[in-house]
This record gives sequence, structure tokens and C-alpha cells, in this order.
Amino acid sequence: MSDIRTPSDRVDRTPSDRVDRTPSDSADVCVIGAGPAGALIAHRLAAAGHDVVVLEAGPRFDPEDRIEQMDDALRPAHGRPDIWEMGGNRDAFTSSGDRQYPLNHARVKGIGGSTLHWQGMVMRLHERDFGVASREGVGADWPIEYDDLRPYYAAAEDALGVAGASDNPFEPPRETPHPMPAFEPSYSDSIFAEACETLGITTHSVPNARNAEPYDDRSACVGYGTCQPVCPSGAKYDATSHVEKAEDAGARVIDQVPVQRLEHDDSGEAVTAAVYATPDGETHRQEAREFVIAAGGVETPRLLLLSESPQYPDGLANSSGAVGRYFHEHLFAGTGGVIDRETRQHHVGFNTTESHQFYDDPATGTESGVPSADAEADDLGAIKLEFFNYAGPSPVDAALSDGGWGEDLRERVADTYGNHLTVGALVEQTPRRENRVTLDRSTTDDHGNPVPEIHWEIDDRTRRTIERANEIQEAILADLDAEITWQVGPTETGPAAHHMGTTRMGTEPGESVVDDRARTHDLRNCWIAGSSVFPTGGAMNPTLTIAALALRTAEHVERRL
Amino acid sequence: MTHELTRRDAIAALSAVGASLAGCAAPSADDDGQSADGDQSLSDHDRGTLSAAAEVLYPDDVTAVESFVERYIDGRATDRPEHAAGIADAVEYLDEYCQAWYEADFAALSVDERDEALRRMSADEADSVPDGSDVERLRYYVINDLLLALYASPTGGQLVGIENPPGHPGGLASYQRGPQS
Ligand SMILES: Cc1cc2nc3c(=O)[nH]c(=O)nc-3n(C[C@H](O)[C@H](O)[C@H](O)COP(=O)(O)OP(=O)(O)OC[C@H]3O[C@@H](n4cnc5c(N)ncnc54)[C@H](O)[C@@H]3O)c2cc1C
Ligand code: SF4
Repeated sequence: MSDIRTPSDRVDRTPSDRVDRTPSDSADVCVIGAGPAGALIAHRLAAAGHDVVVLEAGPRFDPEDRIEQMDDALRPAHGRPDIWEMGGNRDAFTSSGDRQYPLNHARVKGIGGSTLHWQGMVMRLHERDFGVASREGVGADWPIEYDDLRPYYAAAEDALGVAGASDNPFEPPRETPHPMPAFEPSYSDSIFAEACETLGITTHSVPNARNAEPYDDRSACVGYGTCQPVCPSGAKYDATSHVEKAEDAGARVIDQVPVQRLEHDDSGEAVTAAVYATPDGETHRQEAREFVIAAGGVETPRLLLLSESPQYPDGLANSSGAVGRYFHEHLFAGTGGVIDRETRQHHVGFNTTESHQFYDDPATGTESGVPSADAEADDLGAIKLEFFNYAGPSPVDAALSDGGWGEDLRERVADTYGNHLTVGALVEQTPRRENRVTLDRSTTDDHGNPVPEIHWEIDDRTRRTIERANEIQEAILADLDAEITWQVGPTETGPAAHHMGTTRMGTEPGESVVDDRARTHDLRNCWIAGSSVFPTGGAMNPTLTIAALALRTAEHVERRL
Repeated sequence: MTHELTRRDAIAALSAVGASLAGCAAPSADDDGQSADGDQSLSDHDRGTLSAAAEVLYPDDVTAVESFVERYIDGRATDRPEHAAGIADAVEYLDEYCQAWYEADFAALSVDERDEALRRMSADEADSVPDGSDVERLRYYVINDLLLALYASPTGGQLVGIENPPGHPGGLASYQRGPQS
């Protein structure tokens, strides 16, 4: 094989039972969490010559196992959380509020974090997203503008390896093309294109953190079609890539060491140590000059709340009372059906066409078929429309869940597979103070710590926006004479696995947890990376913004070293 | 029209289940070599039983089933020994059951009797559970394993209208193509 590496070609690391998990003597920076946020920061700071330790709660998965994980993922007998070993006492949680929150379907603990499982759609937020409160009177403004993040978006696209095109007229201004050309449209995209053209809906490519060609020593996509939950070829970006780069630059990355709490100095102005547990039952303290918490949008606030002290009885960095609050998500809205021709789904596991036409302007219809929203219901959040390449049951799934066999099975699978279409959407959720992550003191995890409790409800504006997305989806499918067979609306909706808002960024220390650099208002050496700092989340998948912010925060941390 | 299962299908199916070619970014379908000696944890009898099962489970016009199954099973045994052990246990149960009802091992029955035996034990209604009851394990290790091997391969996919099914690294051309006929 050439110099293109697949996950299993990568260097074998020390077996997990022989890993040295004692603390480093003189760390400049301690990063908590080895998902993309932590990995990018660790890599940048280690490459700049600083002594970096990364503490990761989950295991280092063996890349050799990826194909076996795909095998399991193809079988209905294995639940999605099983593929990356989520669940059990370690990951216990409580869901309250009128919506069940499926937390362990929505995250992964391990080197690489949730990107091990993710889909890999990566788009920039729109300029509008940074000032929703000023423009629309809901949520909160970001303390930074799109222009502040713009160069970091470009750097993030290079880092993750994004295949994209400049064909999106709704996209905010960009300076350089994506590092790779976009994936070509699918056959079913061409079916949707006809309808969208008739209706006056502009469609365009999807930026994918997935190799359209060999990139950064990783293989090009070879079409396994199982991107979510696992890409065996390594074509889909995941943060093990930057963990390896960080290690190559001298960082220490220790797996299976969940941080239990953070300690602070007598003045209460600086974090002094991260206290972590090891698999053999020991507890250690990692001291460092700077601490970056990058534990995801649920565990980051939980860790701050667990770090309560006499001086900070409500949790660390929580003088605002905002830690854990304003939890928000992206909601899924979808409409699916069948048409009387083949739609060629499930050849690949990612999408190649979207429309951001209803993003900044969700209420406005088109002249030729999509009605405008009713005047009394035109206060709406952003909508991102997605045209699926994996609508309906996959043939493997249909064959394995049917029960039968032989010729009869073949006929049923051929009938089931073949002419499905789905228009999906991500919908913006209005952040609300009552939606929050707290500690459930009645239940403890494998280390005796209170588990996170997620209180999650959906407000009327968000419901309306889901209905509006459904209305647009119906118009598209109606133009194709599709028979609509299912719909996910405000009642059936679920989260997109994007945990935002729980340590939000702002200029006012009384209302926000971190400042515009992502440093906590309360502690001078404590930084937060991840979507928990988003004051609002638009309707774009968050990870490109997480990466851009992480690269920007790395520069600020470096200035203090 | 018959659908012949080829070496390419076996390799494709193996790559879907993590055997032999694990990790190779783009297993070349026409690649030669690799006679798949296999691990000895599956006996000739186990292998013959799986082929006999595949004759029932696969549509009638699929040909070259035996060599496909043998290649597939050998790769499986080499790369996922614990899975092979599950297969061997399930085969043992299958034979015990058939001995009790038909006084013969499963593989010695006619195709119709094999089908009947599987239905008699309600394998068509059982969930597929790796650590479940005898029939649930049979469903997981034998029936669904063989169905996965078929429907994650190009020939199996084509039987239902997809030449690059999930689990098969069939490249980036097929999703862009329209229907062939
Ligand atoms: C099914 C699915 C599909 C997705 N699809 C997309 C997509 O298409 N596009 C997109 O932009 N995003 C997507 N996402 C979301 C994306 O995965 C996350 O936004 C991203 O991974 C967040 O990065 P992070 O580094 O902030 O957190 P994570 O990736 O979650 O990593 C946090 C890490 O911190 C560790 N940790 C937690 N607590 C502790 C502790 N106390 N001590 C030490 N370590 C700790 C965790 O184990 C974890 O490894 C998807 C997510 C899922 C689950
Ligand atoms: S289709 Fe998805 S899983 Fe398959 S190689 Fe491409 S990125 Fe990986």
C-alpha cells in the first residue's frame, strides 16, 4: 500500500494495562477530554513547544477493530451505543422534562470523542447566528462576530479536511476554497433538483469532513456506507487524527482517566489541579499552569458543578449561575415517502445536497410553490434542509430484521428497498434558561459522583419552526408525486446530538460563564472548548465552529504561557 | 438469470465482517492469492452445515454457494475466533435438534426438510441475540451471519437492486449512477 494510512495501519500504542497513568511533573497545560476540541488545542500547543497532558475519560479504541465494529453496526442485534461501548454505570444519567434525552446515543467517550461516531457534516454558522438576540429578540448575542471567526473557520477546514464547493449562495463570505473538492451529487439529488427547480428552491453541495481524495495521510472515501457510526477506511475525519498529531508533537494523552473534580487556589482565582481516577482505582492530581475543559456539552458543566468548594458552593466558574443552563440542541424534522422510480439509496452513508435557503429567512416562501409562513406564525428559527442519500431501510437491515429467508426474503427486501426519498432538516432551538444540566444527587456513577440530569423541553417557536420545515418538505415531495409514508414533526422530533449552551460565552460575567476568548470569567487559567460555549447554535452542525473556536482559544492560551 | 457468487463477493463479505482484509482501504476485488486456510476452530462438518444452511437461506438462483460460504467462514474463523466459537455452538444445537426430530444431522436433510426444521424451531420468529437462547443464537451466528454475508456483497446486493450495499467498499461511482436498465 502507498503512504495512505487506514485506521489499522496506525502505530500500535502501548497496551492499556501497561500505560503510565501517573501525572506529569511540569505540565504547562492540562486538557480534559480528547474529542476534537481538546485534540486540536493539545496539538496546537504541543506543536508550539509546550508541555501538554490530555486526560480522557474513555478508552483508546484499537483501530484494528473498526471493521468488526462495522460488522456489529450492520446487525440489528447491536444497539448504536454498543458500537462505541457507551452505557452502563460510567455513563448513567437522568432525563427529566417533557422530552426524554437519549444522552448515550448522542456522545462517545474515548480518544477521538464523539467524532468516532459522528456523521461529519461541517458547515460554518451564518453571520446572522452571531446576533440572533439583536435581530430577532430571542436567545443571546455572541460576544464575537462571524468575521472574528472567519480565519479560524478556514484553518479548521484545513485541519479536519473538508470536501466542499463554493456553490452555496447562502453561505457567509469565505476567503479560500475548501481544501478538497466537494463530493459529486448523488443520483437522488438529481431527482430532488428537478422538484426544487420547479419550486424555486436553490440547492447546493454539502461540506463534508470526509476525504473526497487522499488527504492528510488518510484514505479517500471508498463507499462503505456506514459512516455513522463507524468509518472503517479512515476517510471520515475523527479526532484521533489530532490526538496522534499532538502525541507526535510531544503531548501525553492518557486514556481511561475521568477527571473527578478541579481544585483551586486559596484566592479562588486559579485552578491548581485536575483530580482524576485510574482504572486500577488510584486517584492522582495533575497540576498545570493552564487548564482547558473540553469534555463535551454535558460533562463540561457537570465537572464544574462537581468541583464545588466552600468558596464556590454552586460549582466552579459559576458565579453567574449559568453553568448547565441554556442547554439547547438542533431538532430533527423529516418527511419521507416513496416514488414510482428507483432512488438508489444507501450506496454511501453521507449526503451531497442541502439547501440553506430557509436558514436566514425561514418564513419567506417561493413564487412557485412553497407558501410563505402565516403572518401570525412567522417568528421562526433557522432551518437547514438536507436531502438524504440513505432514505428508507438499507437492504442489509431489511434482510436481517425481516425474520424470513430464501426467495421470499429476497422479494420482500427488493420491495422494501428501492424507491424511498427523505428530506430532512435541522431546526434551531431557542435557548431557554430552564433547559439545563444539573447534578442528580440521588444517583451516582461508577466513581460515586452524582450523574448528570438533563432537563429538556421544546418551546413554541422551535415547534413552529419544525412545522415550517415539514411544510417545505411536503411541498418538495408533493412536486415529485411521492406518497408520503412518514413524518417527524414537533411531537416525534428528537435531538441531533449537538450539546450547546451550557457554559455560554458573553461579555457580562453575571450572565455568562466564559468571555469572548472562552476563558472563564471567574478563574484566570481555566478555559472551555466545545459547543457548551455557544450562546445560540443556529441550525448548522456545530463541530466546524467548535474547531474554529478551539484554534482561536489555543492562541489565547498560548499567550499566557 | 442466475447470480453466481464469486471470489469477489466472498472478499467483499469478509471485508464487511472484519475478516482477513481488515483495514485495507480498498480491497481489490480481483486480487489473487489468499487461499484462506482458516483456523481449525471450525470443523469440516461445521463448514458443511453452514453451506447446507445457505442453500436454504439464499434465493434459489444464487449459485456457487458452497465455495462462497467456505471462503467466508474461513476468513471469519481466522479473524474473529470468538465468533467462530459461537458458530460452532449453534451448529451443535442445530444438529441436536435435527437428530431429535429427523434422526439425522441438519446437513443430511433435504433442502425442504432443512427449511422445515428451521421453521419448526421458530427460527423465523426468533430475535437475533448473540447471548440469547439456543434459537436466538442460531439466528445470530448462523442465519443472520449468512444473510449478512450475502446482502453485504455486490452479488447479494444486486439481487435486491444495489450493487454497492452498506458494508461493501464499492467506491464512489455507484451512488452517482442512475438505474441501469
Ligand atoms: C451520532 C452523531 C452524529 C453527529 N454528527 C455530526 C455532524 O454531522 N456534524 C457535526 O458538526 N457534529 C456532529 N456530531 C456532534 C459532534 O460529534 C460533536 O459536536 C463533537 O464531537 C464535539 O466535540 P468535543 O470535543 O467538544 O466533545 P466530544 O467529542 O464529545 O469529546 C469530549 C470528550 O471528553 C471526554 N470526557 C468527558 N468527561 C470527562 C472527564 N470528566 N474527564 C476526562 N474526559 C472527559 C469524553 O470521554 C469525550 O471523549 C454528531 C454526534 C453524534 C453522536
Ligand atoms: S462512505 Fe462513509 S464509511 Fe464509507 S469510506 Fe466513505 S466515509 Fe467511510
